[in-house]
Amino acid sequence: MKLSFSKDAQKEFEEILTRYPNKRASLLMVLHLAQREFEWLSKDAMEYVGSLLDLPFSEVLDTASFYTMFKLKPSGKYHLQVCHTLSCALRGASGLCKHVHKKYGIESGEVSDDGKFSLIKVECLGSCGTAPVVQINDDYHEGLSIEAFDKILNDLK
Amino acid sequence: MAFEKVLTKDKNLPESRKLSYYEKVGGYRAWQKVLKTMDPEGVIDLVKDAKLRGRGGAGFSTGMKWGFVPKDTEKPHYMLVNADESEPGTFKDRLLMDAMPHSTIEGAMIGSFAIRANTCYIYIRGEFVHEAKVLEVAIAECYDKGYLGKNIFGSGFDLDMYVHRGAGAYICGEETGLIESLEGKRGWPRIKPPFPAIEGVFRCPTIVNNVETLACVPYIVENGADWFKSIGPESGPGPKLYCISGHVKRPGVYEAAMGLPLKELIYDYAGGILDDKKVKAVIPGGSSVPVLTADELDVNMDFDALAAVGSMLGSAGCIVMDEDTCMVDTILNITHFYRHESCGQCTPCREGTTWAEKVLKKIKSGNGTMRDIDLLYEMSGNIGTRTICPLGDAAAMPIESFVRKFRHEFEAYVKKEVA
Repeated sequence: MKLSFSKDAQKEFEEILTRYPNKRASLLMVLHLAQREFEWLSKDAMEYVGSLLDLPFSEVLDTASFYTMFKLKPSGKYHLQVCHTLSCALRGASGLCKHVHKKYGIESGEVSDDGKFSLIKVECLGSCGTAPVVQINDDYHEGLSIEAFDKILNDLK
Repeated sequence: MAFEKVLTKDKNLPESRKLSYYEKVGGYRAWQKVLKTMDPEGVIDLVKDAKLRGRGGAGFSTGMKWGFVPKDTEKPHYMLVNADESEPGTFKDRLLMDAMPHSTIEGAMIGSFAIRANTCYIYIRGEFVHEAKVLEVAIAECYDKGYLGKNIFGSGFDLDMYVHRGAGAYICGEETGLIESLEGKRGWPRIKPPFPAIEGVFRCPTIVNNVETLACVPYIVENGADWFKSIGPESGPGPKLYCISGHVKRPGVYEAAMGLPLKELIYDYAGGILDDKKVKAVIPGGSSVPVLTADELDVNMDFDALAAVGSMLGSAGCIVMDEDTCMVDTILNITHFYRHESCGQCTPCREGTTWAEKVLKKIKSGNGTMRDIDLLYEMSGNIGTRTICPLGDAAAMPIESFVRKFRHEFEAYVKKEVA
C-alpha cells in the first residue's frame, strides 16, 4: 500500500522544513508527524518519510529505532506508558502495571486482543513530584492510586 | 535577608502562560533593554559577573560558556535550549515551561543576542507534548508582538525561535547528544574537542543552555549582577528550583535561595517523611549523583557544599527514601535506567551497565556471592571517566556509593538474611 500525507499533514510537513537549514534535521519532527498520520512507523511509512527527505530507508530506521517514542510495531488505541523509574517505583508504579495485567492480561510490550490497550514500562517521565505517573497516548495522568487509574481506564472508550 | 521568589513568583496558572500576563509583571523589559542599550559583550560580562552557573547538572559558568563562541567566524551561530529534562528525580523545567514559558523564552532571546545567534531551537523531550504546545503558543505570541522576527525593535537584530521535539532518549540531554538529535540522527554524543561553542549543530558555533539557567537571565538583566549575587553562596548564587520526590509528605518543586539546607527542604518544604518514618537515604541531585545516608543530611544544597561531602547538586532532583526502602532494589532500579539509556557507543558504558544490572539481579535473587559485591565496586571504577560522555559516570557513581554506604544490605542478600 502506498502511503501519503493528508492535505493538512502535507502543509505541516512543508512548514517544518522551513525551520531547518537541511532536510535531515527535520527527521524527528517528520517522524512524529508520520506516526500521528499512520498510527505507527511501518516500513512503508519510513520509506515514505525517506522519500520526502531524500534519505534511504536504512537511515530513517537507524534514527527511528534509537528513540523509544517511535513505534516500530502497532500499539493499542490507548498506549499505557507506565513510568517505573525510582520516584514512581517508590510510590507504587509496580502496582499500576500489575493492575493492567490483571485487567487486560497484557505485559509490558504487549497489546490486548481487542487492540484497545497496549502496555509499556517507560523510563522517567519527568513528573516525579506527582508519582506514580502514567502517560496515556499524549496525556500525563499523575499522582495515581490504583482506584484512580482504574477509573481512568474504565472511562477510555 | 528573607528570600523572595523570583522564577516562580508570578506563577498563576493558566494566566501566567500568556504574554499579556508576563508583560504585566515586567516581562520583556529586559529584552528591550538589551536590544536598545547593550552590546553582546556587555551581556556576557553581566552574566559572568552575576556568577550564574548552569542549572542542568554541570554547574558551569554561563557567561564563560557564552564567551567561548568565536567572534571572527562567518558561520551562523545557534542557541539551543536544553528542555530534554530526563534525569530521574528532576521535574523543575517542566514546571517553568508550563507555567512561565515566557521567562525561558526571554532568557533564550537574550542568550541568542549575547552569542550573536539568529536561530534558537528549544529541544524539548518528546513526552512533554503539552509543554511543547505551550511553548509554541508563547513563541507565536512573541512573533505577533515583534519580540521575534526580523529587525527586532529596529535594532537590526534578527531572531527566529522554534520548538524541536525529541522522541524518548535520556542521552539527548547531554549537549552533543542533543546536537546530533537536532540534526535528525541518533543521539550519540560526540567526542570533544571540538566543543559545541566552536563546532556544534550543523558544524557551527553553538551554545546549549538549560531551561532554568536561561529563565534566570532576564531577572539578572533587570536587577543587576549584585542583586543576583546577594542571593545564596558567593561561588554560585541565585534563586534555585529544588525538586523533591519519593517518600515525603509534600513532593514538588520549591523555589528558594541557592544553598538551602537539605534538611529544611525535606522537613519544612516537603513536610517530612511519609507516615513519619525515619529517613534512610537521600539522592540530592538526580539519580546519577552519589547517595547520602541519614547521617549525611546536614548539608546545604549548592554546588560546593554537596561536592565537599562527595556528592553533587546536579539537577537538584532530590529523591528521599524511608527506613523501609531496600537499597539493593533501589540501585537495581537506577542501574536498569542507565543500562536502558546507554546509547551503546562506548564499550565500558554499554557492557558495564548491562553487566552491573545482571550482577545486581543475581544478588537480589539470593544467588550472589561476596565477590559479586566487590565486583560491582570494581566495575563502577571501570565505567566512570572511560566514556565519550558523562553517562558512564552517571551510571557508575550511584553504584559505587550504594555499595560503599549500604554494603550490609547487599551482604544480607548474599547471606540469605533477606527473603
